[in-house]
Amino acid sequence: MAREKTAVRDKKITWKEIKRQKFLLIVAFFVTVYGFIFYYWPLTGWLMAFQDYKPAKGLLHSQFVGLEKFRFLFGDPEFLRVIRNTFCMGVLNLVTTTVMAILFAVLLNEIRSSIAKKTVQTISYLPHFLSWIIVTGILHDALSSTGIINDVLLRLGIIDQSINFFAHPKYFWPIVAFANCWKETGWNAIIYLAAITAIDPSLYEAASIDGANRLQKIRYITLPGIKPTIMILLLMNIGNVLNAGFEVQYLLGNGLVQSVSRTIDIYVLNWGISQNDFSLGTAAGIFKSAVSIALIVICNQVAKRAGEERLF
Amino acid sequence: MKKNKVKTTVGSKIFTVLNSLFMISFVLITLYPVLNTVAISFNDGIDAVRGGIYLWPRKFVLKNYQTVLAMENLIIGARITIARTVIGTLSSVAVNALLAYVVSRKRFLFKSQLSLFWVITMYVNGGLIPVFLLYRNLHLTGTFWVYVVPGMVSAWNMLVLRTYMLGLPDSLEESAQLDGAGYMTIFLRIISPLCKPVYATIVLFVAVGQWNSWFDAMLYNRMKTEYTTLQYELMKLLSSVMQQSGSAAAASERGSAAAAITPLSIRSAATVVTMLPIICLYPFLQRYFVTGLTIGGVKE
Repeated sequence: MAREKTAVRDKKITWKEIKRQKFLLIVAFFVTVYGFIFYYWPLTGWLMAFQDYKPAKGLLHSQFVGLEKFRFLFGDPEFLRVIRNTFCMGVLNLVTTTVMAILFAVLLNEIRSSIAKKTVQTISYLPHFLSWIIVTGILHDALSSTGIINDVLLRLGIIDQSINFFAHPKYFWPIVAFANCWKETGWNAIIYLAAITAIDPSLYEAASIDGANRLQKIRYITLPGIKPTIMILLLMNIGNVLNAGFEVQYLLGNGLVQSVSRTIDIYVLNWGISQNDFSLGTAAGIFKSAVSIALIVICNQVAKRAGEERLF
Repeated sequence: MKKNKVKTTVGSKIFTVLNSLFMISFVLITLYPVLNTVAISFNDGIDAVRGGIYLWPRKFVLKNYQTVLAMENLIIGARITIARTVIGTLSSVAVNALLAYVVSRKRFLFKSQLSLFWVITMYVNGGLIPVFLLYRNLHLTGTFWVYVVPGMVSAWNMLVLRTYMLGLPDSLEESAQLDGAGYMTIFLRIISPLCKPVYATIVLFVAVGQWNSWFDAMLYNRMKTEYTTLQYELMKLLSSVMQQSGSAAAASERGSAAAAITPLSIRSAATVVTMLPIICLYPFLQRYFVTGLTIGGVKE
């Protein structure tokens, strides 16, 4: 971040320099126009949240209603439930996927045979490359009344009648968390494995001489060694907690579990696209963005206080 | 690290055994559902509804595949998916690489402003509905281009490329400039050839995203069957299976009317067809995504 230093040099905007940088400037111009259209222009649509937006009248002529849409949102028990669902599933997913990825990375690192290590790792990436459509599809098969889970539970005598996992709200959040772990554990572990490789091997040697066993080495060398990576990834992901609630919930949810399955994104989709209430959908979207940005800023501050690496 | 002469203790052995068990169950849990789907896809449809198929088909048939490969909407979906993957990936990588090149030039006049302009887009976006209305106003909805144009620049991919380019020595650019090369020539002749590994990484990321996306097809081209995608067709098959799950009798009844084909068997076959290209390719691209993630994840 040597911004000051370069800024001084950048001040010299001469015709000669502009001519020299013609190619760069042309590219920058087109990409910026593109960015304005596709990323910044939609922000003007936020006005809709404060209007009773009618597509026929457009943004300029629709009637302003102030905060009425937001008042409606927070008076809607459905919206409050949707916030709870999004938040709880987001946190549950973040915690379980992080713990699984760290566990997997640490344990994989303990495998001595490099062929076995390579094979397990290659297999572990596989689900990441499958779409959520495929993942939810095969998960649905595994959990169906004739699927493997019921099969195993029946054989072990844990249950005496197959469970319809998708009919009971209490199973939904764990299923979503499991789906996320199944899909992303191997992938998320990549960064932790890279961090483990960067740990100084002499630390392990010294610990061996001191008579530390493998669990102690994990506890006192590996985990502290990857702590900064864990922290920064957690921080990056906390801002995304509310963004992580669409595909699985949309694909696996059904009428029986919708009290726990619907998330903010699904709410926006329902109101905005299916019911054509663009104003209400946008208001819900703004709420989500605002909370996300607040979370990112708070995390960044917390990180700064704690002396950890910051995001920006 | 080859200091295994240190005698292995009992505790260490127990650890090894437990760890191996953990890894074996991890692999089983990862692979089983995929292999099970493959087995079902080769099994007779009505027979599969009874359950009890694990890793091997009970009544082997190719009927499911014959049916799937003859379904017109799936053929169209496959064609569109291939087209969007190729066109979308090439254009996106080209544009991101150009942008990354521009913001990684030390002397570029608006270097920091342009970076900031794109970093902001990672955190602030208009949301579903304003974006939907924008695409409609631009007449992108109902066309193929809605799959390609909107996602062309991605700040995250651009930053990965930028980090890589910043790691290249400045002297390359300087000596080329002394030889009279302009910025375009430097990009095409000097920087790009050196960036092949990171280009490969971004190609992989974008291509997988394109291949797997279904939501845009559902949202923007729901009525346009000629622009359907493989994943969206798969999703429709999935919902037809879900509606019938639990009522195996209904499924097999319907199945017998349609000559031993059930939604489950069709969907399994379609799933295998859809994931096959990715499964065949990804093991060979490992080193590319590992580098890409390490560049992008640890410091953005």
